[in-house]
Amino acid sequence: MAVHQFDGVIVGAGGAGLMAALQASKGAKIAVVSKLYPTRSHTGTAQGGIGAALGNLEKDSWEWHMFDTVKGSDYLADQDAVELMCREAVETVYELEHMGLPFSRTPEGKIAQRPFGGHTREFGKGPVRRACYAADRTGHMILQTLYQQCIKQGVTFFDEFHVVDLLISEGRTAGVVAVELATGELHTFHAKGVMFATGGSGRMFKITSNALTLTGDGMGILYRRGIPLQDMEFFQFHPTGIYKMGILITEAARGEGGILRNKAGERFMERYTPTLKDLAPRDMVSRAIHQEVLEGRGIDGKDFVHLDLTHLDADAIHKKLPDITDFVETYLGIDPTKQPIPVQPTAHYAMGGIPTDASARVVVDDKKTVMPGLYAAGECACVSVHGANRLGTNSLVDIIVFGRRGGKSLLEDVKRDPLPPLPADPEKQARERIARLMAEGGQRVSDIRTEMQARMTEKASVFRIAEGLTDVIGRLKQLRKRAESVRLTDRGKAYNAELMEAMELEYLLELAEATAAAALARQESRGAHYREDFPKRDDANWLKHSLVWRQPDGSPRLGTKPVTITRFEPKERKY
Amino acid sequence: MDVRFEILRFDPARDAKPHWEDYTVELEPTDRVLDGLEKIKGERDGSIGYRRSCAHGVCGSDAMKINGRNRLACKVLIRSVRQPIRIEPMMGFTVHKDLLVDMEPFFKKYRSIRPYLIEASERPDAERLQSPENREKFDDTTKCILCGACTTSCPSFWADPNYVGPAAIVQAHRFIFDSRDEGKEERLKILNEREGVWACRTVFNCVDACPRGIQVTRAIGEVKQALTRGKVD
Ligand SMILES: Cc1cc2nc3c(=O)[nH]c(=O)nc-3n(C[C@H](O)[C@H](O)[C@H](O)COP(=O)(O)OP(=O)(O)OC[C@H]3O[C@@H](n4cnc5c(N)ncnc54)[C@H](O)[C@@H]3O)c2cc1C
Ligand code: SF4
Ligand code: FES
Repeated sequence: MAVHQFDGVIVGAGGAGLMAALQASKGAKIAVVSKLYPTRSHTGTAQGGIGAALGNLEKDSWEWHMFDTVKGSDYLADQDAVELMCREAVETVYELEHMGLPFSRTPEGKIAQRPFGGHTREFGKGPVRRACYAADRTGHMILQTLYQQCIKQGVTFFDEFHVVDLLISEGRTAGVVAVELATGELHTFHAKGVMFATGGSGRMFKITSNALTLTGDGMGILYRRGIPLQDMEFFQFHPTGIYKMGILITEAARGEGGILRNKAGERFMERYTPTLKDLAPRDMVSRAIHQEVLEGRGIDGKDFVHLDLTHLDADAIHKKLPDITDFVETYLGIDPTKQPIPVQPTAHYAMGGIPTDASARVVVDDKKTVMPGLYAAGECACVSVHGANRLGTNSLVDIIVFGRRGGKSLLEDVKRDPLPPLPADPEKQARERIARLMAEGGQRVSDIRTEMQARMTEKASVFRIAEGLTDVIGRLKQLRKRAESVRLTDRGKAYNAELMEAMELEYLLELAEATAAAALARQESRGAHYREDFPKRDDANWLKHSLVWRQPDGSPRLGTKPVTITRFEPKERKY
Repeated sequence: MDVRFEILRFDPARDAKPHWEDYTVELEPTDRVLDGLEKIKGERDGSIGYRRSCAHGVCGSDAMKINGRNRLACKVLIRSVRQPIRIEPMMGFTVHKDLLVDMEPFFKKYRSIRPYLIEASERPDAERLQSPENREKFDDTTKCILCGACTTSCPSFWADPNYVGPAAIVQAHRFIFDSRDEGKEERLKILNEREGVWACRTVFNCVDACPRGIQVTRAIGEVKQALTRGKVD
């Protein structure tokens, strides 16, 4: 048994994990453990921008940013956390620039900014340029810059170590267990504090913008260890994924003037959100697209619409959206400056996740009780700053602001706390789980996964209804049963990706069920969660977060938790 | 349609040497080569080793040799390649399993050029200013995703594994031509060594291999020029 001792362990090397590592490793012995090489993390795919009220091109303020975020969240975000985020966004973006991030520039040499969905001036009067960007590879530049700084600071990495379990002893976090991919051996990381920054879970859906590796591991591991998950019913569907592939076309394409059109060529968003039109928040645009399709106005009568950039200056598009142009040319064989792009909503972002407070400490109930030594940040966490619907550019802000805050909390705590003892035989659960998966079964991982994804996309996405959700839950239970006896053809130890995928599938199945169950329970429509049978928001009964615990048989048990409201009272959302 | 693949398989725990294996799977012409690999792995043989994540050409995981040229499997469509599609690992690094190679020597080269902004001056309260023209000078090299396709297609690297390689030079270029960086001399000195930029013979394989369309040879040329002239612009 290989045991490593650290003050703190950070699981995940995307934007949130690396930002935390830069903070925490200043004063403590920290390991970053990641199943991917850090630079492969999905933060690197973020395109459009990071929101901060710098006011480089026009007047802006963090209060407007806060208002937009709260309104965008359909009033479900915790406003104290949103306030912190929008205030600190400004200094953290400057910090990124200081670290060397190559932002695009204004003619005066300042950080360039552009409009994005739902971001407005003066509390909703009209669009504002708030998204700070580096062409359409903002996330790539964030990930690269943070990794560069980690190299400079000598941060310790365990690359291609796949974490499979959380260790708890005497009610405290005591470390994690990971599989070293190159050898297949188990390693125990014994630590005073553990932060999860493992990203999203979009692979529970068929059409998604998420990487093949975004399988909700952190949420799944903690859920299995008795930690609840929050607001799982809120999953964002981005309106513009490439038809059938789900690859994202950034909202910046509309920020730069792109227009959505139905089969008649009509700019249909004018009918749905007359003020912001194509730049309305994502939940509304995705629903509008579905509505157009339902009413027979999809292109060729099919389930997609067009994103039209053909009226824009071709040079500007090549300059400002080079990657988008490249994707469209590579995968569709069309030139987006000459032909419209076929798009449909794509599963994009988990608003829900591991509940934390504003210092990224994990809270395990509705009374703000903290689990000692456990932290979460980034997409796997739910602070909650996005509530029922995240605004574009706010995830990158979230990972940077709360990654940094989490790193600081971790450092503060490990300096004070003693190292808890390891539980007896710490690798027992992981070992038994692997043995079970490697045992001879009859089910193919890919079959179960494909079916789960199809059902979730069909019945638990943009439009939801009780019968559909009940049906999905039933199917997922059957799939979970089937997943108990999988057949793995790879009998080797080194780089056994099939075994890793079997574990990832276990997380996805349980998270999908938690999502569907929470969606069935919430009898209202709010943000990204739209119930055809309950089309109105119901503040009297549902202005609250949901919590879900895993029961011993793997099925979910539901609860709720109050929402923090400070500055902005809930109002009807109109754009 | 049925699509034929030939994949070079090698598991050091079992095989004395690599061997080719054939697979035929049903795919759409618009599918990616990566979709083919996923299908083979999911339905035929779960033991095939390769890396992948984003599936759209931005994470740099799945560089491999496809019909003799270094490509990202997720950026090549079935309709654009000859069949059978022959897939091998990138050349020059130790093969761990099938298409999966040891990337540590690659990242070591990357780290050797000090790949981070070197700052001597105080940080201002807000952002440092940089004109759009100055920003443009290193725009191309900021696109690099560290996939390794360029370095492992380079004859100079095959001949001398210690050659720092095109990818590391691209990364160095990104800082050397950044007006905010204050470590240019240091970095240029490293690249001026025997295993540095002069080992480049301008074969252009790297430009063909780069999935991000980076003008790698031009970047290397600009670094050489900076060395010859003793200054950056
Ligand atoms: C295509 C796309 C475009 C986007 N564009 C924008 C945008 O313009 N603006 C914006 O604000 N947001 C955007 N987002 C959202 C945003 O990019 C993500 O939410 C954010 O980057 C997530 O960062 P993270 O650090 O939480 O996780 P990630 O960057 O996903 O990193 C997760 C890390 O966890 C590790 N990991 C996972 N499981 C394990 C395990 N079991 N063991 C060990 N390690 C593990 C992985 O190796 C990885 O290092 C976009 C998202 C997508 C998909
Ligand atoms: S320069 Fe191009 S080929 Fe070389 S590592 Fe970077 S992205 Fe890959
Ligand atoms: S899988 Fe990310 S580049 Fe191909």
